[in-house]
Amino acid sequence: MSDGKLSRRGFINIFWGAAGALALTEVSIASLRFLSPRPTDGEFGGVFNLGDYAQYPAGSVTPVEAGRFYLVHLQEGGFMAVYRRCTHLGCAVPYDQATGQFVCPCHGSAFTDDGEVLNQPAPRPLDLFKLEINDDGEVVVDTSAQIEREKSTTTDIVYAPGESNV
Amino acid sequence: MTDMQPPVTNNTSIIGRVRRSIQRDPISSDNDRDRMRLVMNSLILHIHPSKVSRPALKFSYTFGLGGLLILLSFILAVTGILLIFVYTPSPDAAYESMISLRTEIYFGNLVRNLHHWSGNLMVVVGVLHMLRVFYTAGFTPPREFNWVMGMVLLLLVVAANFTGYLLPWDQLAYWAVTVGTSLLDYVPVIGPALTRLLLGGPEVGAATLTNFYGLHIALIPLAIFSIVTFHIWRVRKDKITVPRQLNQPAIKEKVTTVPHLVSIELVFALVWLAILFTWSAFVNAPLEEAANPAHSPNPAKAAWYFMGFQELLLHFHPVFGAIIIPGMALFAMLLLPYLDKDMDSVGVWFRSQRGRVLTGVSFLLGILGTAAFILLDEYILDFPGWLPFLPSYISNGWVPLAILLLFIIGFYELLKAIGSTTCEARQSVFTLLLASFVTLTFVGIFLRGEGMILLLPWS
Repeated sequence: MSDGKLSRRGFINIFWGAAGALALTEVSIASLRFLSPRPTDGEFGGVFNLGDYAQYPAGSVTPVEAGRFYLVHLQEGGFMAVYRRCTHLGCAVPYDQATGQFVCPCHGSAFTDDGEVLNQPAPRPLDLFKLEINDDGEVVVDTSAQIEREKSTTTDIVYAPGESNV
Repeated sequence: MTDMQPPVTNNTSIIGRVRRSIQRDPISSDNDRDRMRLVMNSLILHIHPSKVSRPALKFSYTFGLGGLLILLSFILAVTGILLIFVYTPSPDAAYESMISLRTEIYFGNLVRNLHHWSGNLMVVVGVLHMLRVFYTAGFTPPREFNWVMGMVLLLLVVAANFTGYLLPWDQLAYWAVTVGTSLLDYVPVIGPALTRLLLGGPEVGAATLTNFYGLHIALIPLAIFSIVTFHIWRVRKDKITVPRQLNQPAIKEKVTTVPHLVSIELVFALVWLAILFTWSAFVNAPLEEAANPAHSPNPAKAAWYFMGFQELLLHFHPVFGAIIIPGMALFAMLLLPYLDKDMDSVGVWFRSQRGRVLTGVSFLLGILGTAAFILLDEYILDFPGWLPFLPSYISNGWVPLAILLLFIIGFYELLKAIGSTTCEARQSVFTLLLASFVTLTFVGIFLRGEGMILLLPWS
């Protein structure tokens, strides 16, 4: 090794070391993949078909218990699927019909019906789920991944056919 | 000691021969040579050396805390294995298991209570064990790495407690784990992915229960067992530190492990077994109504050993309260044994006479300072309001943290200025932070009411 050339023994040591590291990496990745969450249709984490959008009048907030979200049809038009989980420390946020707000019982955070923060300590608006209105006019919500946002914007809103986004 | 074989006698009964084939050395003997051989030849006893330092046997030096942790692990293993046979880790059946432990299963309640209280006691005793080692400088070379292993073990004990907390699947369990894992969510970059992996989904559910069960009954106990083996082996190799007076050498006197140490251990274990059984016979582990993911109780609190962090979270931006400040504290603790020392205080309580006074003063200062900080922050301080042009992680994170660090550095420099050694000053800063954490935990547990409103004891 002193002349800068890799000896046969040195090469074989590196080779087996690399093979060992590779094996360890493979096993680690396989284990992590094995343990990764598995979404199931119709349960929380799956896709929900809530039927014809017309059955949800404007200005209504409908809890979907199994999906742990609220289907919000805004007064001024447009649908949102608002995740029930408070963005502060994860408590379940109930909807208060009287004030039209989501108020968290744990630390007093309050949100508007489109999820925007009215009262701290929540650091960001309520999360959303991906909502689509398909060709048959059915509301479809995918709960496999929540959408986090820093601010509530109109691009979060999905409009039904005939509703304007102006 | 060249001959390790016990004397062979041929004219014994067959019962005597069977007994000797299992236990080769006589359990009790009248000479030290046989007593030492008994320890050396025994699988279990040889975790001890055959002779131990007499001063180190003094109860008020170690308080038997390490031994108590082993006893608690043993109780937890036995009761835990029993509980595995009657517990079903699914959201539909878990709470039913709790009810049947209370109503149907013989001694079910006692076994659950023993498991619950031993587990909680283990966190307390683990911290006390760490404090004992810290204040007698037991972490100094060559014992640095054993301190690091001890810290890892303490974290694993907390993890074991936390995963076990979910298993009853009552309201307490569900929301404490929801709030606790939400703290993890604030870890930069890997936090959300890690939380999702741990929960097996976006929130606490059936997959979380399975994950926590697996961690609680297999992975964490196995990790603790492996590291504890290493930890105890290191104590055996490096020997226990010997208590002494400052500026005096340790007394070298040694006595045989049997009976001097082993008899203390057995009596100590029996006394603690009696205490735990009595306590568990009369005090029930808490059980609230079945978990309801749609309804959070008010207030929703984390497990008691996390209340210090939850309290911190009320005063700092989440990334600081849950990650940066605890992370800095943990890093300092792991680094501690590798820092340069300017005094040899191994085996001396609180480093020195001045160290004792400073420890008392620092503890008091930590309590008062933290109480003052909480009151100030509640009624006067409002960095986000005063600095509205800054993002909240600066105004409610870096700014208050920088002020606190300046206070701590000022305190350290003041101690050095009045002539304290580096070791004494370091000990005082540690004590200050310890007192601060104890105070935060106390306020979080006892002085926070609905909506986490501060309840002042005098109002």
